[in-house]
Amino acid sequence: MTAEAHIIVNELSMAYGDFVIQQDLNFTVNKEDIFILMGGSGCGKSTLLRHLVGLKHPAKGSVFYQDTNFWEASEQQRNELMRHNGILYQSGALWSAMTLAENIALPLAEYTDLSSAEIRELVSLKLALVGLSGFEDYYPSEISGGMQKRAGLARAIALDPDILFFDEPSAGLDPVSAKLLDDLILELRDSLGATVVIVTHELSSIFAIGNNSIFLDTDSKTMIASGDPKILLKECEDSRVRQFLTRGEKNNRTEIYS
Amino acid sequence: MESPHIPSHYQILSTREGYLDLQISGDWVIGNSLPSLDTVKKALYQQQNISHIVIDSSALGKWDSRLVSFILLLSENLNNNNIDLDITALPSGIQSLLHLATMVPVRKGVHKTEYQPSFAERIGNKSLNSLAETHKFITFTGEVWLSLFRFIHGKARFRKQDFWLIVQQCGPDALPIITLISLLMGLILAFMGAIQLRLFGADIYVANLVAIGMSREMGAMMTAIIMAGRTGAAFAAKLGTMQVNEEINAFKTMGIAAIDFLVLPRVLALTLMMPLLTLYADVIGILGGLCVGVGMMDISLVEYYLQTKQSITLVDWSTGIFKSAIYGFLIASIGCMRGIQCGHSSSSVGDATTSAVVRSIVIIIVTDAIFTLIFERIGI
Repeated sequence: MTAEAHIIVNELSMAYGDFVIQQDLNFTVNKEDIFILMGGSGCGKSTLLRHLVGLKHPAKGSVFYQDTNFWEASEQQRNELMRHNGILYQSGALWSAMTLAENIALPLAEYTDLSSAEIRELVSLKLALVGLSGFEDYYPSEISGGMQKRAGLARAIALDPDILFFDEPSAGLDPVSAKLLDDLILELRDSLGATVVIVTHELSSIFAIGNNSIFLDTDSKTMIASGDPKILLKECEDSRVRQFLTRGEKNNRTEIYS
Repeated sequence: MESPHIPSHYQILSTREGYLDLQISGDWVIGNSLPSLDTVKKALYQQQNISHIVIDSSALGKWDSRLVSFILLLSENLNNNNIDLDITALPSGIQSLLHLATMVPVRKGVHKTEYQPSFAERIGNKSLNSLAETHKFITFTGEVWLSLFRFIHGKARFRKQDFWLIVQQCGPDALPIITLISLLMGLILAFMGAIQLRLFGADIYVANLVAIGMSREMGAMMTAIIMAGRTGAAFAAKLGTMQVNEEINAFKTMGIAAIDFLVLPRVLALTLMMPLLTLYADVIGILGGLCVGVGMMDISLVEYYLQTKQSITLVDWSTGIFKSAIYGFLIASIGCMRGIQCGHSSSSVGDATTSAVVRSIVIIIVTDAIFTLIFERIGI
């Protein structure tokens, strides 16, 4: 079974004004991949995610959604593509003035012709999928951080997206919740047939569910490794990647903090 | 009470060829003053062939990070002269801390350079910034207009319940404070005029003064300033908090225009409510003048009423109300714009709110001046 390309990144450079964050990024996310964007803190993983989902314009290079050049397309075409993306932000980014049900109902009301009763049913389904049945009328401020993330995920899958983006999904979650979230991600990938892109540095998740990745390096400001994380662990020669993937155990203690 | 610390002290013992033996004694803790490095520097200068400095800590009492920082300072000075520092005689705790502190080399390019621009440069930068700000504001206003057009064509999306909630917050909820301020404004205008007019026996014209003052200028302006501080700030704070929370990004990636969903209902609500509030403020202000006229100046109620009615025309009311609608639009636009432009630090929302209020007030008064000139020219 040959892999079909879903997102193709070509010679991408990211910068804030004159300050370059990363450059010369080239990689392909295939369909139904669970693609990990990893690297040390401050290397630009979240910024890269922003470039892929339409929140920041590249300084150089291009992002292709299959055959469409994302950033060269018209705003309308971009919005059309973005509609098929589901994004879970680091803090959930639920709209605080609306209940969970209203949060999930908004994209459904906006982009489908369903009646409000049908929307209510779908909302209950999405909340049940993430384990939040019964919390429809709660406001985001009334639930815990972990629950907010799950609600954010329910909203991200509201329209059954083609691509799911996760920005540090396990941040702030206890190990059990993080494992449950990993399982959920796998389930969603299998049932929705979605491609998943995750920004994370949680090693357990990376090895448990990632099947493709790139490694961004802060000092050289470019990607220094790519491929299946488990294969990288076995075969990659670069010391920075090895230290990351083995939590610094195989090397001299002196370089842990850099 | 802790036992008093023995003062920190070091001395240079008899030196071997090329070596400097430093003996550290006393308590090297926060609370004691550190001896200076001058003794060591002098010794190094006098004996040019020193290649090693050995530290002896047999007389060392209590120590904390003061000692560590002293040794770091010493080693910094030595590195410039290529002299080796031997710390093996120090307690192991100090050695570990020193090792930890020097483990990670200083990252290149991280030091921020202190650059003081000259006075002319600062003025230049400020002017360029003001120009950029004005450009941003005009662009934003344009986007709000486009959003308005979309709304008229039925293509803009916001929730009806959001709109009515905002209307309630802008309108009825503001009535108490508007009542108070306008009443007092009318009172003040009447007082100011009364004293002067009394000299000419023209007491009755207080009614004119208050009526024209409130309906043409003060009603609209005071209401606008109150609403800028109250509602403009609220809009900026609300949207700023949403921006910090990434909620506005969430709208964007879901393909929902934040300007249609968040900004448009606020602009519409305030632009519609301001004229109503201003009208109310005008009437209450005239009432305030009435209190002074009837209570203090022996003008009868009926006299005051008739004089007021006679003094102002529909044109006077209209200019005030027209200006207030413009003020409403400006206050809402500036508040929303500042909120959306909010940064991500902890002080950002506060900064955005303050900036929104200050800018709104300045723009209101400038606009008022412009309109006054225009109206005067065209004879209204």
